[in-house]
Amino acid sequence: MIATTSTTPNPSTAPALIVWGLTKTFRGRAGPVDALKEVSFNVMPGEFVALVGPSGCGKSTLLSIVAGLESPTTGRVVIDGRSIVEPGPDRGMVFQRDNLFPWLTVRENVRYSARLKSIRRTLSGAKRQDFDARCDQLIDIVGLSKFAKSYPSELSGGMRQRAALARALANQPRVLLMDEPFGALDAQTREEMQELLARLSERQGTTTLFVTHDVEEAVLLSDRIIVLAPHPGRIAREIKVDLPRPRTLEMRLEPAFSSVRADVLESLYSRQRRSLSESQLQSMVR
Amino acid sequence: MTDTAAPIIRDPALSATQPVAYGNAPAFVGEPAQIQYLGLRTEIPRRLYITLAVTGFVVLFVVWCILSYGQFISRIFLPTPTAVVVAAGKLWESGLLTQDLWVSNLRILCGFTLAAVVAIPLGMLVGNLRAIEALLEPFLGFVRYMPVPAFIPLLMLYTGIGETPKILVIFIGTVVQMVVMVADVTKQTQSDLLRAAQVLGASRWELFSKVIWPASLPGILDICRLNLGWAWTYLVVAELVAANTGLGYRILKAQRFLQTDIIFLYIFIIGLLGVLSDQLFKLAARLLFPWARQRMRAE
Repeated sequence: MIATTSTTPNPSTAPALIVWGLTKTFRGRAGPVDALKEVSFNVMPGEFVALVGPSGCGKSTLLSIVAGLESPTTGRVVIDGRSIVEPGPDRGMVFQRDNLFPWLTVRENVRYSARLKSIRRTLSGAKRQDFDARCDQLIDIVGLSKFAKSYPSELSGGMRQRAALARALANQPRVLLMDEPFGALDAQTREEMQELLARLSERQGTTTLFVTHDVEEAVLLSDRIIVLAPHPGRIAREIKVDLPRPRTLEMRLEPAFSSVRADVLESLYSRQRRSLSESQLQSMVR
Repeated sequence: MTDTAAPIIRDPALSATQPVAYGNAPAFVGEPAQIQYLGLRTEIPRRLYITLAVTGFVVLFVVWCILSYGQFISRIFLPTPTAVVVAAGKLWESGLLTQDLWVSNLRILCGFTLAAVVAIPLGMLVGNLRAIEALLEPFLGFVRYMPVPAFIPLLMLYTGIGETPKILVIFIGTVVQMVVMVADVTKQTQSDLLRAAQVLGASRWELFSKVIWPASLPGILDICRLNLGWAWTYLVVAELVAANTGLGYRILKAQRFLQTDIIFLYIFIIGLLGVLSDQLFKLAARLLFPWARQRMRAE
């Protein structure tokens, strides 16, 4: 639903998402490897949280577990008081690659879940009309009304990712999960997408967990940044981003923005200076 | 030509249409870029493509005409085009041609449809469920190398000399290949698409019916197109060995009476039917999967 309510998280309400004591151990060739070790955090309703960290810190694994696509070795993920065990429509996900179904048009892609039995059951009569209307509205919001009948192959990378975003929001998920959603886009398109997402999340107030390795992107979009450290993947620091909303790309030039950015970079650097080469650091900062 | 490197300079006032080039600038604006006819994977003009395609047939036909009309090869072994046309007329009038075509096509249809109905679902299971793969893949690899014609005597022992053994030969000949090919195509469905569907709420069954199936459909249609070609081979083999109707049978009978014109005619007809079904499949793919065509064009 399109809500214009304030997105400032209210500390008195219960968290929308609880990640509790999450450990994920893979069986490596040289014995067990902890991709994640005892990771715990909360996300409040309407909050936008970014997970930042170098590769190998398990941020994508963490997101997959929250999505229900992978199961943790120990620990649990709770959404609205319910422990999750499998993927479900209470979570929407946007992947690094757009993952649109190539045989469906943009509109059919956004409405895809209505084809699935588990969702169709809940969409009788007027509710189905609401769903369709909401999908069309989402297509409109991401600026693809003119391309509703186009196939993904006819769209640019940025347009495809916008369609994927609309599709992820179609089920009105309690939590939106985004796994480096703009990582595969060119710089200019990425900025457009960042602005769109900032606008959208401010307007919709969707609780969002956002994985990125782009520090600037994280600062621009989030209310809070969780910095992860690798080997084993764990939380290194949490940084609150107290920048005013609405966020715009121009804010990146402001001192307040730079200081948060420096803060995040600092906690990334100090962790890695020991283990990473200079070139790896460069690619991290970007 | 010794002065090719010299600048071509013309007075622009001479003619408005005459292009001008100075120094090393490309000469003659508007002159078509030189086409690389033998460039690796470079496009050639469509008209040239068609001309070349037709030329292949024409050359073969001309060689045939010279060899047969010129009597370089005995007419018993190489009939003239005229003889083939005459044979076609005779067989058409007697109704034998229609009968052979009807019978053979029906056998193909039955055998091939049966193979497709069995192979497509089985292939989807083999391609996506490891347990089924383990159960069937080694076995299929084993059966795949068995020569199908060797089964014919056995099939005749089991099922007599009616239509059943012919249909079964086509079935056995194509079904194994099809399972393996369908398994391969469905396996190529990106797991990211499956993950996306799962997050949207798809059940396991729906991952098959609403992701893997539509994603693989163009590939499956293409597999059908290829296997139909092989089905024709196995049909003729079956009819050569045990039949009293059909295209293969007629070829065998013609051989006994040295009627090479009939053999030529029937081989042509089988070739034509192959081309026809091939084109029909391609047309169907273009009409049914506009999204796949777009993708190909974009890449």
